[in-house]
Amino acid sequence: MIFTIAAKELKGLFASPLAWVVLTCAQVVLGYSFLRRLDDFLQVEPRLIRMASPPGITELVAIPTFATAAAMLLFAVPLLAMRLIAEERRNQTMVFLMSAPVSVTDIVLGKFVGLVAFLALMVAMVAFMPLTLAHGAALDYGLLASVTLGLTLLAAAFAAVGLYVSSLTAHPLVAAIGAFATLLGMLLVGDTASDSLRARNWHVPAALAQVLSPLRNFEPLGKGIVDTHAVACLLLLTAAFLALAIRQLDARRLTG
Amino acid sequence: MPSEVPVATIQARGLTRRFGAHTAVSGLDLDLNRGEVLGFLGPNGAGKTTTMQMLTGNLAPTAGSIAICGIDLLAAPVAAKARIGYLPETPPLYRELTVDEYLLLAAKLHRIPPARRAAAIGIAKQRCGLADAGGKLLGTLSRGFQQRAGIAQAIIHNPDVVILDEPTVGLDPNQIREIRGLIRELGGAYSVILSTHILPEVETVCDRVQILHLGNIVYSDTIAALKQSHDGRTVMLGLHRPPGVDALARIPGVVDVRQMSPTLFQVCFEAEADATARLAAHVARHDWGLYQIAPARASIEEVFVHLTRREEDN
Repeated sequence: MIFTIAAKELKGLFASPLAWVVLTCAQVVLGYSFLRRLDDFLQVEPRLIRMASPPGITELVAIPTFATAAAMLLFAVPLLAMRLIAEERRNQTMVFLMSAPVSVTDIVLGKFVGLVAFLALMVAMVAFMPLTLAHGAALDYGLLASVTLGLTLLAAAFAAVGLYVSSLTAHPLVAAIGAFATLLGMLLVGDTASDSLRARNWHVPAALAQVLSPLRNFEPLGKGIVDTHAVACLLLLTAAFLALAIRQLDARRLTG
Repeated sequence: MPSEVPVATIQARGLTRRFGAHTAVSGLDLDLNRGEVLGFLGPNGAGKTTTMQMLTGNLAPTAGSIAICGIDLLAAPVAAKARIGYLPETPPLYRELTVDEYLLLAAKLHRIPPARRAAAIGIAKQRCGLADAGGKLLGTLSRGFQQRAGIAQAIIHNPDVVILDEPTVGLDPNQIREIRGLIRELGGAYSVILSTHILPEVETVCDRVQILHLGNIVYSDTIAALKQSHDGRTVMLGLHRPPGVDALARIPGVVDVRQMSPTLFQVCFEAEADATARLAAHVARHDWGLYQIAPARASIEEVFVHLTRREEDN
């Protein structure tokens, strides 16, 4: 049932120009970013060779591109997630799903899986670019795998936040703005909050702040360190917002 | 598939729904049996849509219980909803899907086994007159075809209970006849709740009628009983040379006389056989110029207006 709803969401995404426009713009921007960095790398390369242990092409070209991709996700995911529930409410099609013999959990997870499948496509597009260099350069595949995992988990976390905010309203645009504001808030707060809280020995609020700062958890994965703590925090963030979305849909049934 | 055993397909007791301080529905009891078409009427704002949303699991009741084919809707919602087909006032269509894709989605969501999906879609399309419209996008269809697609998704899984909210709105007369025929057919095999404002539709299609007003059921009866209760008791009398209303009221057996026009009177009798013959004889003897004597049928519209207007006056 989850995959039925996920397939429906994917079909809906690709039926409108939105998905195609987002993919195209992402590819153009990230492609440009990648090629610029590659160019810079090639210019710096003679000096790098003389260093003791020079950073490789993966670290200097691929990782910054992935960082740009993470920033792009910050904009793209709210726009893609806004229609998940808010638009169904506006078009009066939510009744179709709520009357069917599917649980609210199935509905929310199905929509989440559909969106993550689309975002995985975007991540694959980003990951494919450094792979095109495989023929002529020595790529650090471990680092690439780690950063791809990080970007996927980040996309999933953003998607969960977007889905939750979409469940709060019947206006897709309000959902997009709300999701963007939430993600931006997490971004701004998260960087130093958990450090300063930990410094004061407030460990529980520090842990909470850590979970709520997805970009901070993306960092170690971007360096090639598959920090299980960071991975767990990202998964926890995703699960928390999905649970909130399920509760929100259920609450709508109770309060009308 | 329709289950074999329970005769009572819906049993709702004491349904209440409050939105903050406003009570939309209070203490509503509703019964539906297999093979019945129930006409669910009421003025706008009476609570019909709220009740139907509660019966289909879209809204949780503040109090009360709902059992679909014996399954408690609140305790086992997935099992109960599998037995219901619902067409809300606005058909829930995904404009970017084609008719076939949409009905396939409906088939999957309603748990039709993969082997039977194609056949179920074919039958639903054929019943609703969509056989040629399979490849068309829902967003490009006319209002009538969209309505038909909405009905198709409600019946595709052969539910025990079909709940239709104003299914013939926006259809042309041919389509209306087809849909009414379909509703009668569905009522025979399963059970249908039909909510509509088109009162003649209720008289021709439904077996029972319930009128809802301000959240309460104010009238509940079978159509047959409604038609019988006034047969032989009320006659429309047309006289060329009528006497006063008093003279007519003094005829033995007459309970009430109402003047409809200068020459037309509605005369009510006590329940008795052969009253018409006696009235005709009496009129002929007094030479009042009888030109019409016909049974007056109480219509749903009169009952509706009478009950809902009276409540407003109170």
